[in-house]
Amino acid sequence: MIATLLQDFGRVTLTAIARMGRGNLFMLRVLHALPSLRFGGPLLVQQIYSVGVLSLQIIAVSGLSVGMVLGLQGYNMLVDFGAEQSLGQATALSLVRELGPVLTALLFAGRAGSALTAEIGLMKVTEQLSAMEMMAVDPVKRIIVPRFVAAFLSMPMLAAIFSAIGVLGGYFVGVGLLGVDSGAFWSQMQSKVNFGEDILNGFVKSIVFGLVAAWIAVFEGYDAVPTTEGVSRATTRTVVETAFAVLGLDFILTAVMF
Amino acid sequence: MINKRWVEIAVGSFVVISLAAMVMLAMRVSNLSAFSTDGVYEIEARFHNVGGLKVRAPVTMAGVHIGRVAAIELDSQRFDAVVKLAIDDKFNHIPLDTSAAVFTAGLLGEQYVALEPGGDEKFLKQGDRIRIAQSAMVMEQILGQFIFNAAAGDKENKK
Repeated sequence: MIATLLQDFGRVTLTAIARMGRGNLFMLRVLHALPSLRFGGPLLVQQIYSVGVLSLQIIAVSGLSVGMVLGLQGYNMLVDFGAEQSLGQATALSLVRELGPVLTALLFAGRAGSALTAEIGLMKVTEQLSAMEMMAVDPVKRIIVPRFVAAFLSMPMLAAIFSAIGVLGGYFVGVGLLGVDSGAFWSQMQSKVNFGEDILNGFVKSIVFGLVAAWIAVFEGYDAVPTTEGVSRATTRTVVETAFAVLGLDFILTAVMF
Repeated sequence: MINKRWVEIAVGSFVVISLAAMVMLAMRVSNLSAFSTDGVYEIEARFHNVGGLKVRAPVTMAGVHIGRVAAIELDSQRFDAVVKLAIDDKFNHIPLDTSAAVFTAGLLGEQYVALEPGGDEKFLKQGDRIRIAQSAMVMEQILGQFIFNAAAGDKENKK
């Protein structure tokens, strides 16, 4: 009885470690194949379109609504202290430092990461990857690398758009709706938000999250069990694992940076 | 399949929009634009105590923002705080006998340097030093003095 339990436990652990090892080896293969990618070539442009451009809509809408809610909630809290002038600072700091990179990464995993996993997984199910190998085309070079690079590049750009639109959303609610002084909104923001410390650190966060989200998405697709169920599991895993990884890394990065 | 030209246009605009967002974050949200080093001249003031003054704190005259604190250093010979003030070039008619003081904005606000103009015909130039500088009020010192005075007052009353 206990032996069976221990065996199960051991098997789960070994499977997890083996998956991590496969993930790292896969990453090495991707990095090794990276120089073969032509920047500006049709493969990469097509992928940036489907990963980045098509995510713009959800990123813009979420950024706007998050910024507006921040403006509304922040105002209610700050007005008690007569400090509603600091609304701009509060909105901008929380967006640039935390919400921008983290929420973009979570949305990105749901919108683009899952699509990448499903696409690559289905290619595996329908044996397109094997067919490529038969034709001496390296699927890592042809399929994985453009998608990985596109996701990695798109993530920081989307995070920047999210933060900028969020600040504008906070501005609309704070200044337009609730009557905070427009000059005080921007000047308080500018005097308290530091470019090197806040904005660049937020940018570094989004780069790290982009790497993690891209890595998990393409690896899960490539590693999926080639059945219908396997692909569906892999897609779910992409979203869940990216969320865990991003939230955990966010804590570590915040502790190191600020 | 979507037209290739259209895809490239979309990707191009995506990159442009994200660059615009980055520029907006840099210029409009943070203080990168307000903190340019050109168009300013530096003067210095020596304080016995700068309290909680920070680099990049505002410098004001008559309540108007005219510059920023560029650096705060300790003079290791005289144990004074040397505060370098970067003043905007627009305000280059500040009299030589202007005095400086470290004030606090409100009860809990940040500390800033306030300049009080004098009446000299000559003006402060790059590298000049402000002669009269009033230190920051440190709350603990004032409280200490207050308690000390109150105690001394008690003694005198008892006499």
